[in-house]
Amino acid sequence: MIDRAEVLHVARLARLELSEEEVDRMASELSAVLGHIEKISELDLEGVEPTSHVVDVANALRPDEPRPSLTREEALAEAPATAEGGFLVPSPGA
Amino acid sequence: MSELVSLTAAELARSIAAGDVSRDEVWDAYRERAAADDLNAFLWLADAPPEDAPDGPLAGVPFAAKDLFCVRGVPSQAGSRILEGYRPPYTSTAVERIAGAGAPLLGKTNQDEFAMGSSNENSGYGPALNPWDRARVPGGSSGGSAAAVAAGQVPWAIGTDTGGSIRQPAALCGIVGLKPTYGAVSRYGMIAFASSLDQAGPLTRDVTDAALLFGAMTGHDPRDATSLEHPEEIALPTATDLRGVRLGVPDDVEAAEGMEPGVLERFRATLDAAQELGAEVDTCPLPHARHGIAAYYVIAPAEASSNLARYDGVRYGLRVDGEEGLLAMYTKTRHEGFGEEVRRRIMLGTYALSSGYYEAYYGRAQRVRTRIADDFRAAFERFDFVVTPTSPGVAFPLGAKVDDPLAMYLNDFFTVPMPLAGIPAISIPNGLSEGLPTGFQIAGPAFSENRILDAAFALEQALGFDGSGVRQARRRLAGQRGPDVPEQDEDAEPEVPRR
Repeated sequence: MIDRAEVLHVARLARLELSEEEVDRMASELSAVLGHIEKISELDLEGVEPTSHVVDVANALRPDEPRPSLTREEALAEAPATAEGGFLVPSPGA
Repeated sequence: MSELVSLTAAELARSIAAGDVSRDEVWDAYRERAAADDLNAFLWLADAPPEDAPDGPLAGVPFAAKDLFCVRGVPSQAGSRILEGYRPPYTSTAVERIAGAGAPLLGKTNQDEFAMGSSNENSGYGPALNPWDRARVPGGSSGGSAAAVAAGQVPWAIGTDTGGSIRQPAALCGIVGLKPTYGAVSRYGMIAFASSLDQAGPLTRDVTDAALLFGAMTGHDPRDATSLEHPEEIALPTATDLRGVRLGVPDDVEAAEGMEPGVLERFRATLDAAQELGAEVDTCPLPHARHGIAAYYVIAPAEASSNLARYDGVRYGLRVDGEEGLLAMYTKTRHEGFGEEVRRRIMLGTYALSSGYYEAYYGRAQRVRTRIADDFRAAFERFDFVVTPTSPGVAFPLGAKVDDPLAMYLNDFFTVPMPLAGIPAISIPNGLSEGLPTGFQIAGPAFSENRILDAAFALEQALGFDGSGVRQARRRLAGQRGPDVPEQDEDAEPEVPRR
């Protein structure tokens, strides 16, 4: 139902690296779970609205006013690497 | 177990307020028990209570929070190696409110990684163990909270429930767990799994404590736009009977996959007890509830795949840098940092949302979700509550289901429909099967927590489970209605498997 090529495609979309052995295992495990999920395709859902929110609420609005938030130092405190007051990442072009 | 540690949280709060016992005595007694934790229930312990702890209704009663609740300056890792040692710059609203009522935070508890799991075996820090039988799982994902409360390491704890993660571990550890109405407790500062389902709630020794702790947590929070002010003040339960209460039992309970005869027997016995208390019991059709697992295992992984995109090695947490550029840094970090089940669910969710499959999976699942909610709405026109066993089985041995994800998922059969519909449900201890706890689940309409707690309280009194610790509960149940239960050697050296 889901083959190696699809697993590799989805892994790339999800930014996940999988070992060779994991690709095969993932294909068989996902197929088993998707097989169970397929059962909902038997249901007649014609005209049923998809749920967007479980509790009946309208828009939650608040005044658009500036409020204090994290300082730059606090926001950067847990970063693996920083430079010049920002997050430092490897080159996208490497 | 000392006298002090056998008190419920509500009793403890009263004793402290009356001056019968000091806050320091209480802290020291629990700090010592938690430090001797041999269940791997805690991932972090506070050295001392906060110096500026306010006076309040919960003054001096320690609590524990599942690891995924952010607490400023305290490791908050959601059970994941990708967040190892992460100390957030802010505190979750649920923790802030409880602390604001005077309760000191004793520690952070073990959980399945990012709350994905029903056994705690998906924790990046080794599984928590079930205090009733250390070779068995405590349930999940809030397994550390459930194990710690059941073993008397902390008076009470908070967890989160996405598909059963408060109720199932509560059932498997013989305590009370309440999943509130979606929106009743702010999700601000909870490390997200599936945002349309995640809801925080209490895990406690008895129903009164659940009401007390839920009352402290609930309320609108401007920092979570989906949070709502509860329309009712949460009251401590007082009901002594169930006169006029109509209980609906889904017509497919007995046919549920993995339904164990002993669990079913306990469930039926409690239905009898409910009738003796005046309840009317009848069969209740919920034709789409059995599709809950399928819908859930599309919606939750889909939302998770989006929520977990943030773990990319840039702003916090683990970074694995192979000097091969940005994309390789992302994929290596996520490969190393995420456990197997988390990767599986990210894959499942990404697949379900990917181009060409969206309508077939996510679209259909959201329509099934509407059907499930409609079923409950129809049921609550005829019934006050829908009741089921919480879990089809008792706590299973460690390792029994790790190689079969689908079997693990089916464990959530009775707990998944409620979060899909956004409605509240409680699990209360329901006696033993094969010497292990079983749970009785009561679900009601949105914001019916007061009624649910009252019904649960009436049943709790009738069932005689007083919640004062595993050893006493075991003795009580063995004497009254359970099978012969051997005393466990609680001093035995446990084996804690670690990854």
